[in-house]
Amino acid sequence: MIPWWMWGPEGSGQPLEILAAEKKRMNHPRVQLLHLDNLWFQVTGTFCNLACTHCFNGSGPNVSTFGFLAPADVERELGQAVRLGVREIFFTGGEPFLHPALLEMLEASLRVAPTTVLTNATILPEPTAARLAEIERASRYSLEIRVSLDSPEEAANDAVRGLGVFTRVLASIERLCRHGLLPLVSVVRDWPLGGEPEILARFTRLLSERAGYHRPRLKFLPVLPLGRELVRIGADHDEPFVTEEMLRGLEPDLLMCSNSRAVTDRGVWVCPLLVEMPDARLGDRLANAAPTYALGHRVCFTCYEYGTFCSNVSTAIEGAAPHAQRAPRPEP
Amino acid sequence: MRRLAIFGGIYSNHLALAAALADATCRADAVYCLGDLGAFGPSPDRVFPLLHDSDVATIQGNYDNSLALGLADCQCGYTDPRDNFFARLSYDYTFRRTSPANKVWLGALPASLHLEIEGLRVALFHGSPRKMNEFLWESTCSDAFLEYLLDFARADVLCVTHTGIKWHRALPSGRHVVNVGVLGRPENDGQTNVWYALLTLANRSLSVEFVPVAYDHHALAAEMRAERLPAEFIETILTGWWTTCLEILPHKERARGRF
Repeated sequence: MIPWWMWGPEGSGQPLEILAAEKKRMNHPRVQLLHLDNLWFQVTGTFCNLACTHCFNGSGPNVSTFGFLAPADVERELGQAVRLGVREIFFTGGEPFLHPALLEMLEASLRVAPTTVLTNATILPEPTAARLAEIERASRYSLEIRVSLDSPEEAANDAVRGLGVFTRVLASIERLCRHGLLPLVSVVRDWPLGGEPEILARFTRLLSERAGYHRPRLKFLPVLPLGRELVRIGADHDEPFVTEEMLRGLEPDLLMCSNSRAVTDRGVWVCPLLVEMPDARLGDRLANAAPTYALGHRVCFTCYEYGTFCSNVSTAIEGAAPHAQRAPRPEP
Repeated sequence: MRRLAIFGGIYSNHLALAAALADATCRADAVYCLGDLGAFGPSPDRVFPLLHDSDVATIQGNYDNSLALGLADCQCGYTDPRDNFFARLSYDYTFRRTSPANKVWLGALPASLHLEIEGLRVALFHGSPRKMNEFLWESTCSDAFLEYLLDFARADVLCVTHTGIKWHRALPSGRHVVNVGVLGRPENDGQTNVWYALLTLANRSLSVEFVPVAYDHHALAAEMRAERLPAEFIETILTGWWTTCLEILPHKERARGRF
């Protein structure tokens, strides 16, 4: 049976398999993997202790669309990624800290590459925070811990992420900071254009006062028209598809499909966002994954619009925002 | 044997540039600059005659590219509004105070230089071989990735700048990547000196020395005040700690700083 989050946009009346067939007919532009900069492990599949209302892959306590990755499989794909010249490794889920071997996998990853783990930070007790700090110090590469927090207001955050989450996350951030770690707090953007300075100031105050985090690192993420979020925004969602014309003159490395791949227990996907899309599965293993992908989903436009925002620093920082022409300076 | 002095990121710090050149021209056979002549500091036109007088072979950085093409910003694209505020302020000042002739000169600079010295292929880029404004931080570049970049550049030794913090990695293949650091501002370590790199090449082997450059940073701060540049920039010059544009720092590099 097709899970509910794999159905197409509200009103289409079609599951994504049928939409995938339509996609083939629409002749979407294809993007080639230029280089494997980022390798993602969906290490706990879609298993999560929370069920956030905007989760782009519909993860939750009983969601088994994807399962846990075996450490041996992670080791094998890490080896292949190194042979391909990988730059950075990311661990995501679901909630990665549900995996009993996560810390060992992070250590193995940090032996060969900079590593990031994305977490809801609700299951980071003192011994885990202490161990993470040890692992970070032992590596010459950065270990980034990306913690999700969606609002500086407890009620607004918990309405999205679950009751009591706000307090638990702040306690985890405090533990991480006490051990010398500087987590990247990632926030899904749901404020009007131009609202960043105020939001930034509120988060800065909150993290300083409640978590002792006096120089917070914040990362803003766009809302993703996928999974539960797609259901939530429903008919209002009208992102266009990426066209050949949009890609003309664009630096292709701004798109995640040109520099990333995602490993799951069910094969290799083009990127961590599209793991629910059957057409985005490129092969069993990195070694035999298809090198190109047709941009047939509306969320591809989000990536086009913001650059590779899933990285710790958006690639838009290193290049032109893809939708913005490099405007000449106006005459004074 | 041949010695190369290499630096980048002058950021209009003409006093540090003069001090570095006085040292480097005595110690090295040739001097190279990896770009980003303007930004941050005062009176950008003052660095140009110093580079010309010492025959410094210079490549283009993203700031130089923006100034030459008359772009609206420095192509740093920060997402933090505070970082954007300071980047904008600095770029507007530098654009206004760089002469048209110097902008034309910046526009004619090559994006890279490729040398063959003592049996080693040495490639010089601003950010990375694949992108002028790509950041190569020590803690976010795996060995595997650096080997790929060396293949991409067809080089045995790759030299870059752009991040503002120096490092050197000798790779398992025997090849090298050197981030030569910058002359424009201290490297976020609480010290006021800046750095350049001295590469000694002999018989297919390389050794790298990072040379600290002390200069009259109080005089630079006074010039910056006179030019009404932000107090946050002056604080960095006087304390050695970065106060702006911190968003781009990876965990390890950020944790070493004060802010």
